[in-house]
Parts: sequence; C-alpha cells; structure tokens
Amino acid sequence: MHYCGDFRTTYRKDMEIFQTPFIKVCLAVFLGFLLVLPVLKLKGEYLLKGEYLWILLQILIASIGAVGINILTGYTGQISLGQGAFLGVGAYTSAYVTAKMGLSFWVGIPAAGLVTALAGMVFGIPSLRLKGLYLAIATLASQFILEWIFVRWESVTGGSHGITIPRPSIAGHTFSTDRSYYYIVLAVAIVMILFAANLMRTRTGRAFMAVRDHYISAEIMGINLFKYRLLSFGISSFYAGVAGALFGHSLKYVTSEQFNIEVSIVYLAMIIIGGLGSIIGSIFGAVFMILLPKLLSVGTEMVSADFPSIARLAISFEHGIFGLIIILFLIFEPDGLAHRWKMVKAYWKLYPFSY
Amino acid sequence: MTFQYLLQLVISGLVIGSIYSAVALGFVIIYKATRVVNFAQGELLMVGAYVCYAFLVQMHVPFWAALLLTILFGMVLAMFVERLILRPMIGEPIISIIMVTIGLSLVLRSLVAAIWGTEILVYEPKLFPQEMVEIAGLPISLEFVWCFILSLVLLAVFSVFFKYSKAGVAMRATAFNQQVAQSMGISVKHIFALSWVISAVVSGIGGVLIGNINGINSSLYHFGLKVFPATILGGLDSILGAALGGMIIGILENLSDGFCKTYLNLSGVKEVAPYVFLVIILMIKPYGLFGTKDIERV
Repeated sequence: MHYCGDFRTTYRKDMEIFQTPFIKVCLAVFLGFLLVLPVLKLKGEYLLKGEYLWILLQILIASIGAVGINILTGYTGQISLGQGAFLGVGAYTSAYVTAKMGLSFWVGIPAAGLVTALAGMVFGIPSLRLKGLYLAIATLASQFILEWIFVRWESVTGGSHGITIPRPSIAGHTFSTDRSYYYIVLAVAIVMILFAANLMRTRTGRAFMAVRDHYISAEIMGINLFKYRLLSFGISSFYAGVAGALFGHSLKYVTSEQFNIEVSIVYLAMIIIGGLGSIIGSIFGAVFMILLPKLLSVGTEMVSADFPSIARLAISFEHGIFGLIIILFLIFEPDGLAHRWKMVKAYWKLYPFSY
Repeated sequence: MTFQYLLQLVISGLVIGSIYSAVALGFVIIYKATRVVNFAQGELLMVGAYVCYAFLVQMHVPFWAALLLTILFGMVLAMFVERLILRPMIGEPIISIIMVTIGLSLVLRSLVAAIWGTEILVYEPKLFPQEMVEIAGLPISLEFVWCFILSLVLLAVFSVFFKYSKAGVAMRATAFNQQVAQSMGISVKHIFALSWVISAVVSGIGGVLIGNINGINSSLYHFGLKVFPATILGGLDSILGAALGGMIIGILENLSDGFCKTYLNLSGVKEVAPYVFLVIILMIKPYGLFGTKDIERV
C-alpha cells in the first residue's frame, strides 16, 4: 500500500501497466476466481448452473465487443451506431467458415475478426470527411445496409432461416458444454482486453486520443487523420467480429435478428454506462447491461405474485427501462461507472484520512 | 416497365414522401434551434397517432376535437421532454445527446406498446373520403390526395412562420448564434421549449395522417429513421431542404424498389434504398442541397 501517493523512480516502473503489487495481487485473485468459478461445487452441485453460467459467458463475450466499440467511440471519438451489424458480420463469417467450408473454429475466429475489420474499414471510409453527427448517421446507415444483406444474401447467410454452427473442438475433443466453452471465451477475452489496454499506451493509442480530443490539432501535429480513423474502425471491428463469432458459437445458431439496431444501442449504452474511453468501464458496462434484463425478470417474478398487473407492465416495459437507465446515467453520471470506481478507489487508498 | 407503372410509383412515393417531409420538418426545427439530433422523432409521430386514436376511437370524440387534444398532448409532452431530459444535456458532447434521445425513443416506444399493445389499430370513422379519383389517367385514392395536400399546407405554414413571425425570427436568431440571441433579449430557454413543441406537433399531425391511411401499429417509429436520409439530402438545418428531401427520398425509394423488382428480380429494396442513398449523399455532398456548411476555426 502507498500512503501518500505512488512514487516511481525509474522509467521502467513508470511504464508498467499494473503499477503496484497490490493491483497485481488483486488481478491475479480475480483471474483465479474467474478460472475456478464455473467448476466450484457446493454439496456435489455446480455453484453456477444453466442460466447463471450462460450469463457469465455472455458477459465475457459482451466485454470483448464493448472494449471494441470503446476503442472507436470512447478513445477515437468516432460515434458508431453499427456495432450490432459488425458483430453480425463476425458471426456470419465464422459460421460460413466452420459450418459451410468445414474449417476449424481456430480458423473461423481470426477470419471473423479480419473480415469484420475489413467491413468496418469500408464503412469507416466516410469518416475521412464526416464527424460527429454525420458519422453517427453514416454508421446508422451501415447498420441497416448490413442487416439487409444478412437477410438477402441467402447463399452465404441462410437468409431468414439462419445457419447452424458447431461448437469448437481441439484434437477431437469438442467443447460442447457451456462450461468447457467458457474457458475458450475466457482465454480469448483476456488476451483481447489486455491487448486493448496495452494498445492505448502505445503511439497508436495516443494518436487515437489526440484525434478524439481535437482532430485539427492532431492533424497539425502530424497525425494522419485518415489513417488513424480507419485503423480505429478496423481494430474496433476486429473486436466486434471476434465477439460476434464467439456469440454465434455460443448460441450454435446465427440469424439476422440477433444483430439488429437494438444490439448497437445496447453496446453504445454499455460504454456510456461503463465510461467512455476506459477499458475497465467497458467491462463494467458489459456486466451491467447483460445483468440488467436478468435482474428485471427476477424482480418482476418477485412482485408478480402480489401485484400481477405491475409485473405485466414491467415485462412490456423492459426496453423502456433500458432507455430510462440510459437517460438517468447521462444526466446524473455522465462519466459512467468507471468514474465512480475511480472515486471509490481514491477514497479507500488513503482511508481513513481521505480528505 | 410501362409509363403507367412508373407514374404510379412516383405518385405513391410522393405521398409517402410528404409524410417523411413532415417528420423531417420536425427534426430540422429541433436541430436548427437547439443542435439536438432527435432520434426520437419517429416516436413523437407514433405517440401522436396513438393519442389521436385513443381520443377518436376509444373515447368517441369528434375528429376535430381529437386532433386538437392530440396537439395539446404533444405540446405538453414536448415541454416535459425538453425540460426534464434535454435541458440538463446542454453543453454535453454529441454522443451523449444522441444517446439521450435514443433512450427517450426506447421509453416512448415501450410506453406505447405497454398501453396499446402491438397489433394494428384502425381509425374509425375514417377522416378522409375513400373514393378514387383519376389523375393523369391513374386511379388514386382520395385520401392520398388529402394527405399530400395537408402535408404541403403544414410545410407552407411553417415556412411562413419562420420567415415572418416574431417567434420564427427569434428561433432563427437562436439557431444562428445563441449568445448573441440571448443578449438581444431572446429567451433561449423558451426558444428551445418552443422548438420541441412545434416539432412534436408537426410529427403528431404526420402520425394522425398516417394513422388515417394505413392504420397504426408499433412499427410506426420506422418513419423516424427515414428522416435521416431525407434531412441529410436536404441539408440538416434547412426547412426547404427537409420538405424536398422527404419527397425525393419517398420517390427514390419507390422507384428503386420498382426497378429492382422488374429488372433484377430483387425484392425488399425499399427498406435499404434510402440508406444507400444516404451514404452516397454523405460521400458526395455531406451538407446536403441547402444545408449550411460548417467552417471550423482552431
């Protein structure tokens, strides 16, 4: 523990991503916890079963997607309303590669990332001339165009019937249960989130932030706007593609409805609630937005016995509650959960002398 | 493809386009005065259509009274929305403003679904006569003609309002420069509220027109999304642009749908065509036909 601030005496120390031993221990404990959580048993039964394990799996997948959109929107300042469709591109690519071409999952995932990155860069080309609102509208258009392609390009996407895709397998062993598939997703998520956290400390990441903060100044300082915006679209879409592919393999089934505009909105909501321009914020946001429907349904179940009319109303109002939470966060906590987390940490750092 | 068919496509496109124009007008009014991009424009239309339905069909109010009550309701709703949701967002980055209107759209949409359900509801009694008239040798339902005329009237009224009325001039001044407007004695807050009120009323009337022709259901908010191609084509802050943009998009989507059906054997182009146009327009002429070009100083 440091009682009056962090002191760094070498450059090496200053450049470390995890600065204090305390943080390293916390992180190790947390990762260990994530590793053993699915196999923990209580009285011979798994602690996490069925739906709960599924939720954990979806949180991991959503974290990858949320980190992706945060790279683009939070760090580079390019608003994207097309994340849902990019997830879809990833899912369909992996589905095509694994189910129709018969290649392995380990080809499907990188292929999904690369194809989506390419698609993202194509739809990112307008970002050369457009910004802010105009870019948001352009990405909204890309969402609708891609969605339309998902439904109409039947030879690849299976049209409105969708495609069935298998779970991955290594050397004959198939990760068919959610429990085993969880470990694959966990590994991919850790690698990708660490990569993103590191990326933001490099020249590229700092260029992204410069573009976000003041793009004209950034250009004057020699940052090639077009290159970095396109790169940001590419990297962000790569994350979306991988997340989409993992999502598709988790459901074992891909249809176009899973990637509509509402998904894009949910992902934007994740990074707004979690915190724009923050890796940990993306993860908080993913946790929050995946847990929210579950909490709502648990809540309505609890009141449904006594107040059936309220419960019925709450079910039909589920999207409205989403919307309400987005509005409330924007008005009362515009910096998101990451900001709150920082304040809590700052409070405990010098506890009990936190004034 | 016969000339008859082509003409039919153009005319039905024009009718649907006139509704787009009305909604786009509402969008532009808000954007012009407050620089808020309203993603909930379609929901304002939907709320108007449903509220009018409630008065007209569920409470058996005569049509003129139902329309007045709908307008009144739209005004109150808009004032609440502006005061409670948009006012705290002044000065926030654009992504927050976009997200807050998206949040608003989700809330309004599910409120409507919770109250009225999702099935198609039909206005009874019909406002417009159902007979057919012949225009240029084409049989056209009279209600389409009425709808088109009413949208044109709406557009004309608001163009005149902006050009000549005191409030209209104040709104244009605010759009031009908020600080200067305020120092000239214009209450910018009131202008913001006023622009939301006008926008909600215009969209609400659009909703009532649609309800009369097609009936209403929970997917009515799609009209709000068509606003983007229309306003981008016309220029985001131009009333005339909104009017023309809406009609052009209406015609273009019908024509491209007709062409693809006839020659390429491709159906469902209607849903995607406006967005393809949108991307093309953004690439070629991002500020649209009549929009003001942003000039940035460092």
